[in-house]
Amino acid sequence: MAVDEGLKIELGKQGVFVTTIEELYNWGRRNSVWPMQFGLACCAIEMIATTMARYDLARFGAEVFRPSPRQADLMIISGTVTKKMAPQVVRLYNQMAEPRYVIAMGACAISGGPFKQGYNVLKGIDRYIPVDVHIPGCPPRPEALIQAFMTLQKKIDEQPLTGAGRPRHLDAEAQGEFPVPEQGAHDLEPTSNKGVWTVPVVIR
Amino acid sequence: MKTMEEIKAAIEAAAPGAGVEIVPNPSPSGQHSLRIAPSHAVAVATFLRDDAELALDFLSNVTGVDWLDKEVTEKVKVTSTVTKTVDDVEQDVEETVEETRKRVQPGCLEVVYHLFSSALKHGPVILRMKTMNRTDQVELPSLTPIWRSAEFQEREVFDLYGVVFKGHPDLRRLLMWDEFKDHPMRRDYVDPDDYEYEPTPHDAVLTRANAHKAAEEAKAREGTGAGL
Repeated sequence: MAVDEGLKIELGKQGVFVTTIEELYNWGRRNSVWPMQFGLACCAIEMIATTMARYDLARFGAEVFRPSPRQADLMIISGTVTKKMAPQVVRLYNQMAEPRYVIAMGACAISGGPFKQGYNVLKGIDRYIPVDVHIPGCPPRPEALIQAFMTLQKKIDEQPLTGAGRPRHLDAEAQGEFPVPEQGAHDLEPTSNKGVWTVPVVIR
Repeated sequence: MKTMEEIKAAIEAAAPGAGVEIVPNPSPSGQHSLRIAPSHAVAVATFLRDDAELALDFLSNVTGVDWLDKEVTEKVKVTSTVTKTVDDVEQDVEETVEETRKRVQPGCLEVVYHLFSSALKHGPVILRMKTMNRTDQVELPSLTPIWRSAEFQEREVFDLYGVVFKGHPDLRRLLMWDEFKDHPMRRDYVDPDDYEYEPTPHDAVLTRANAHKAAEEAKAREGTGAGL
């Protein structure tokens, strides 16, 4: 139910502003995404650089890094998620209020990166929590993080408020809490959350 | 700084029975190390720290080494008495035969300490200690009471190699979680089988991924078999 662009401009010239609730609501949401102040490894340095004057993430309405998960909308998984840290990351995600989004930043966060074959690094945080945007790179440049942020904004902008694909906070059926993995005798248990991650089909 | 031989003599004079042994390093750096008996380690370490000429007041590094059981092949000369007929007369002759024997040299865990002197600006002096074996007699004396900087590093060696330091004030795992059972830096450690998704496998990863796939398929077949 979008308003005709031409009509909108014409009315705007007359001093009348026309919009839909959905457009206004998503405009507000996408321009005040507050990330959580939370870094895991070297990617966090790039994340910090992104917020500083040269790249200035504040231009996108994300200048306020909140030290509390209760006040944050976006979790940037910036760096290596070790198996020792993974339960804490999932717990922090559970403590965030909806609507919440996740950017997995860098090779380690999306797949384990150079430590993939190690015994101590999780092979991608998307095994436990839903990830909205993945960015490759080791570490990704600030431009890449800005690109990811703009992709997320686009995603928020396109979310309908009703029907399938609506944001989770408007969906009473949506999963709110994700099981925190236990640290077992040899590995995390379970090794992935059911429904969040399924083994991808490799096409060769 | 004193040479290794001089340090060895000084240690033996200060702590009799310390069983100091020089482990040569054949590389160009020539950093030879001293292997000491664990029973005298605290006395030796105290001497090295407090001696005016050595004054090794700074412990920079503690590491572990895992030595697996090793099969050694060696040639041994065996002398035996054989009855032989020489010149139509039967007599006992001693005969030496060279035999190839195989024996298993038992493995052990080793801890290496690198010492420097910040007062006299010299070093490193490298100390080594060996455990009795790799399984049940893995205790070594802790040098944390002598050098506080050993505390976290001995915890790390305990965590990753499983060396138990007697006299350590707070011996807990450092890097892995408390519930973890294995010692990942040991050479016979088998990492958890999470090879279900390997988009670009190669070498050892390919082998593990194939093994995982085969095991999964066998399990699936068994499951359908039980259902029927």
